[in-house]
Amino acid sequence: MADAMSAQTIVAARGIKIQFGAVKALDGADLEIRQGECIGLVGHNGAGKSTIVNVINGGLTPHAGDLVYGSGQGHGIALARQNGVRCVFQELSLCSNLTVGENARIMNRNLGGWNWRRRALALVRNKLDEIFPGHGIDCGSTVGDLSIAQRQMVEIAISFTDAETPARLVILDEPTSSLDSGLAAQLMAYVRRFAAGGGAVLLISHILGEILSTSNRIVVMKDGKVVADRPTSAFTTRSLVETMGSVVKDRQRSTRQHTGERRLSLPARKGEGLAFEAFGGEIVGFAGLGGHGQTQALLDLYLSENGNWLPNRSPVAFVAGDRGLNGIFPLWSILRNLSIASLGALSKRTLVDDGREAELGEYWKKKIEIRTPDTGNFILSLSGGNQQKVLFARALATSASIVLMDDPMRGVDVGTKQEVYEILRSEAASGRTFVWYSTEMDEIELCDRVYVFRDGVIVAELAGDEITEEKVLASSFAGGEH
Amino acid sequence: MNRLHLVFARPWIWSFIAAVIVWFATVLVTGGAGALGLSHAALTFAAFSVIVGLGQMFVITLGPGNIDLSVPATMTLAGTVALKLMDVQDGMIIAGLVIAILLGIAIGIGNYALIKLLRIPPIIATLSMSFIVQSTAIWANRGLRIKPPDMLASFTTSSFLGIPNIAIVAVLLSLAAWVLLERTIYGRWISAIGQSIFAARMTGIPVDGTRLVTYTLCAVLAAVCGYLLASFSGGAALNMGAEYLLMSIAVVVIGGTAVAGGDSNIPGIWGASLFMFLVVSMLNTYGFGAGVRLILTGLIILAVILAAGGRKVVR
Repeated sequence: MADAMSAQTIVAARGIKIQFGAVKALDGADLEIRQGECIGLVGHNGAGKSTIVNVINGGLTPHAGDLVYGSGQGHGIALARQNGVRCVFQELSLCSNLTVGENARIMNRNLGGWNWRRRALALVRNKLDEIFPGHGIDCGSTVGDLSIAQRQMVEIAISFTDAETPARLVILDEPTSSLDSGLAAQLMAYVRRFAAGGGAVLLISHILGEILSTSNRIVVMKDGKVVADRPTSAFTTRSLVETMGSVVKDRQRSTRQHTGERRLSLPARKGEGLAFEAFGGEIVGFAGLGGHGQTQALLDLYLSENGNWLPNRSPVAFVAGDRGLNGIFPLWSILRNLSIASLGALSKRTLVDDGREAELGEYWKKKIEIRTPDTGNFILSLSGGNQQKVLFARALATSASIVLMDDPMRGVDVGTKQEVYEILRSEAASGRTFVWYSTEMDEIELCDRVYVFRDGVIVAELAGDEITEEKVLASSFAGGEH
Repeated sequence: MNRLHLVFARPWIWSFIAAVIVWFATVLVTGGAGALGLSHAALTFAAFSVIVGLGQMFVITLGPGNIDLSVPATMTLAGTVALKLMDVQDGMIIAGLVIAILLGIAIGIGNYALIKLLRIPPIIATLSMSFIVQSTAIWANRGLRIKPPDMLASFTTSSFLGIPNIAIVAVLLSLAAWVLLERTIYGRWISAIGQSIFAARMTGIPVDGTRLVTYTLCAVLAAVCGYLLASFSGGAALNMGAEYLLMSIAVVVIGGTAVAGGDSNIPGIWGASLFMFLVVSMLNTYGFGAGVRLILTGLIILAVILAAGGRKVVR
């Protein structure tokens, strides 16, 4: 019996550990996938879902733990492919300058020889017909001409085709994020048929309804570990959300009510969901899963208040999260990076006053403890956390009454975070408004009011004691609809 | 030692070193005779390169892809129209200068309108603009060669305390540009835009306004240079700007300004402009033919850029 069980195992990962610098992405995770199973994998941002997928498909080498495929122990992309492990990524990975058939050839090495184009075309067309009947995709067209949903369908179809080895385990990472409900239903029906026919599917989705209706086992991950691994029948939407969240912690909740006037507002995004508004002296949080439109909302807020032609007298400042992309000026000193947003106040008849600029630098260096002997040093001589402090100082040093923050604590150490939280609280108390996008629940809980984003739209507004991890998660994951 | 190190860390020092070496190499051959004449000519002709180079430098500071190829056509049109308007009358000298500046402003705005409204890359936009401007100059000129007003002609060709008046004008413009680049908010803004246009936008810098001003500034400097050059050489010619296309870019690059943008300096433009004139004089003195002269000029420029390259300066 035990032998029969292990023969059915496609891949078993035991005690996998992976570290990226100081971050433990996987901390002893176990996952076994057998034939005929459809496994739903769920968890919050950074729980380790994508990391374990990359271990199983051979892209990442585990720092500790065992990985056993059907053919034996080992790791690597070639071995995973040999064992029929396929992966459909969230970021589409087709070559957009090739046709659909040619893309199938890339995945299927043995599709060579005379007239391979025709055979590749037939292969992918049959599979598309099988999964998405009536799809209407011209398989002779180049991928670049297809819509994003069509590309996703092609990629899914190619992954399910039988290449040199038949597909035995197909990993689908958010496969329905760009499909409409009809196509999603077709896919889920096919996934069930595929599993019933002896294949296996690992399904990652933030739509819990899909997970509950399609999979027969659900694995919940948190902080790099598997915290629950039970048959689907043991879960409900509610219990699933609770399992993903953490135990409610004691925390001091600010009881402040905003008193100020309305400072900023934005109509409902895409004409759906809730509208946004922020009042004086308030810390407003943007929550939800990463990349669901929070950053775009912040950029829109900022750009709508800041002109591109004339010098600005705007009351809005911005703290970048992606320092390299839209924060740091790499050729400049710390001081110049800090003062750039406040030059108007530091100059007389547009000539910058060096003395007052240096004063400003010294003040903020002391106030938020930028660890450098001299603010004249290069900005890049600072650690990431200290660069981030400079960006905070840049925004706080302005006279702006509203500060927008785009997940600014990424890669910042715990000590720095505590210092910055303290500054935020005191600045808010003195009347400043903060709009804060964060992927960290601890930070969302520091906010007075929170908007939860899903698919680019504000789907919920939470205030005061309502701001709990459970409620944020419940709104971040669509319930049964789709 | 430390101070010496600091001097050598300046990106512009290399263009001056090169200029001095070439000066000595030329003077050695002539046996010291003509040293004064050579210096005088070098200052005069370098001054024209400096004036267009300053404008080009501001544009290049804006970051990768930013360049103004309409400089020669702008010089030609401004020179042509200004001389025609002044019509050899001393009383019209100021009016001529004003019309040159107005033409520069119009061309600069036109350049940025093409870049912004039609979303054409600056290299194509300014090149197209230069065809329009050059054609206008041909139409305005109609083969006539009008002399400059006497007062203006004598001002541009004479000297004050042994220093050519043109060089004095260029020094004054350089000082103004230095203040603009190093001391003003505008200078900070163009440097910020050159380093990261997205980051600049997100710190509240009016990116489009700043770029428009910069392209306009470049065209105005080219127009002023055209006005002075036409007066200096006794009339406007349709090809008078031709050599300044590459010259305006070369003096900026040899002078140690970062081609990738965000990091510029003005002294280097002087060193590079003197160097560019002196190299040609030196090779002439040595009696090389035109072909060899061009090849050697290219090699020497490469050598200077290599010597100055790879050095990153703090502030």
